[in-house]
Amino acid sequence: MYSIVLYLVAGWSGFFVMGVELLGGRLLAPYFGSSIYVWGALITIFMLALSIGYLAGGRLSIHSPSLKRLGIILILAALTVSPMLLFGTGMLDSVSTAIEDPRFGSLIGSAVLFFIPTTISGMVSPYAIRLLVDDRATSGRNAGHLFFVSTFGSAAGTILTSFYLVLWLEVNQILITMIVISLALGLVACLIPKNRRDE
Amino acid sequence: MNAPRLMRFLLLALVAGMPFGLQAQELIHSEKSLYRQVLVYEDGETRCMCFTVRCSKGRQTCLYVKNPDQLALGYSELMLSSLYLEPKPKSILIVGLGGGVLPRTLSHLVPDAKIDVVEIDPAVTRVAEKYFLFKQSPNLKVNEVDGRVFVKRAGREKKTYDIIMLDAFDHEYIPEHLLTQEFLEEVKALMHPGSVLAANTFSGSGLYDYESVTYQKVFGEFYNLKTANRVILARIGGLPTLAQITENTSLFESALAKYRMTADDVIPLFNKRVDWDPKARVLTDQYSPANLLNSR
Repeated sequence: MYSIVLYLVAGWSGFFVMGVELLGGRLLAPYFGSSIYVWGALITIFMLALSIGYLAGGRLSIHSPSLKRLGIILILAALTVSPMLLFGTGMLDSVSTAIEDPRFGSLIGSAVLFFIPTTISGMVSPYAIRLLVDDRATSGRNAGHLFFVSTFGSAAGTILTSFYLVLWLEVNQILITMIVISLALGLVACLIPKNRRDE
Repeated sequence: MNAPRLMRFLLLALVAGMPFGLQAQELIHSEKSLYRQVLVYEDGETRCMCFTVRCSKGRQTCLYVKNPDQLALGYSELMLSSLYLEPKPKSILIVGLGGGVLPRTLSHLVPDAKIDVVEIDPAVTRVAEKYFLFKQSPNLKVNEVDGRVFVKRAGREKKTYDIIMLDAFDHEYIPEHLLTQEFLEEVKALMHPGSVLAANTFSGSGLYDYESVTYQKVFGEFYNLKTANRVILARIGGLPTLAQITENTSLFESALAKYRMTADDVIPLFNKRVDWDPKARVLTDQYSPANLLNSR
C-alpha cells in the first residue's frame, strides 16, 4: 500500500503539471495570443520552476522524510494553483496592460501564475525517490521506476488534457477537478501508516 | 511503340486527364516566418498566397495576374457587402491581412476612411506588398500584433470603428482565441450604434453551429451570407431592412464594376434564417476546443 500510494502521488503529480501547463496556454491566449513564443515562455517557466523544485525537494528529503510530508507537498502544489481560478484573468489583464511586448508579457504572466505551484510539484520526484531507496545497489532501479511513473503520468496528462478534457469541460472545471484529486491523494498519503521499514 | 513515344503518350494522357483548374502550380516565392511558411503559387491565370504546400489546406488570398482588381475569391464580395449596411464608414478595422485584397479595395471605394489592419505575421505583410499590390498609406496602416491583443488594447483606449471585418485565418481555420464569446464582446466594445461587423467563416466547417450561436449570443440577429464561405453581417442597433440595403447598393454599383462585383450576386444571399442547431454550445475562453470540434 505504502509504495502504491507513493507511485500514485508521483504519477499524478506528473499528470497535474502537464495538465496545468496546457491549460496555462489557454489562459494566456486571450492576452498574448498563442504564438510559438507564448508557448516558449510558458515552457521556460515550467522547466525553470521544475529544476528549482528538484533542488528543493532533494534538500527537503534529508531531514526526517515521510510519506505524510510528500502528501503535504502535493496538497500545497494544488492549493497554490487555486488563486488562478479567482485572480488569473485579472492578473493577466494587468500584466498585459503593463508589458506591451507579448514575449516578455507572457513570460512574466506565466511566472506569476505558474512558478510557485510548479516549483512545489518539482519537489515530489526527488522526495519520493528518497522514500523508495533502500540501499545503493537498488537506488538506480528505484529512481528508474519513479521517473517512469512520473513521466508516464505527464504523458497521460498531456494527451488527456489536449485531446479530450478541453472538449468535455471548461478550463476552470478541469483545474478544479485536478485540484480536488490532488487534495484527495495528498490526504491519503498523509493518512497511510508509517513505512514498514521504520526509518 | 518505342520507349520515348510511349513516355510522350503517357504524359499526354496524364495531362489530358487532369481536371480543369488543376493546372501545374508553380511556386514563385517561399518565405519562412516565426509562424509558418508563406508560399506564393502561380498557375498562369491566378496567383495565390498559401500557408500549406500546394495550397492543400486552402488559399489565404488570390489575384488574377492580368486583372488584379477583379475579386478572385468570392468571399471578398460578401465581406465588402458590409458597405451596403454602412455606406459611409470613416473608420474601418480589418483583422487579418492575407494578400490585402479587402483593404486595397476598400481604400479605393471609401478613400477617406481610415483603415487599421491587424496582421500578426510581418512576412505576410511583406509578401502582400511584393506579390499582391498591397500598399500602406497614411490612411491605411498595418499593425503587427495578434488580433486579440490589438482589440483588447483598442478597447482600453476606447477606440471605435464604423466597420469591423474579422478575416484572420491560420493554415487550418480561425485561431481559437478569436472565436470566443469574450473576444466578440471585446470586438463589440469597439463598435457604436450603427457600426457593422463582417466576419468571414466557412459554411461547411464542423464549427458552424458553435460559431453561429456564439455570434448570435453577442450580436443578436445577423444576416447570414453563404457560399463556400459564410459571412456574418451584424449591426449594433438592429439590422437594416433588405429594402434599405438594396437601396444602398446603388451608391457603389459603378465603383464596383471595376472589381467585377455586382450587388445582384450578393443581394439574393441576404437572409436571417437560423440554419444551425440553436442548442449548440457557445464558445468561450473557458471552452474553445475549436480545432478539435472542427476536425470531427
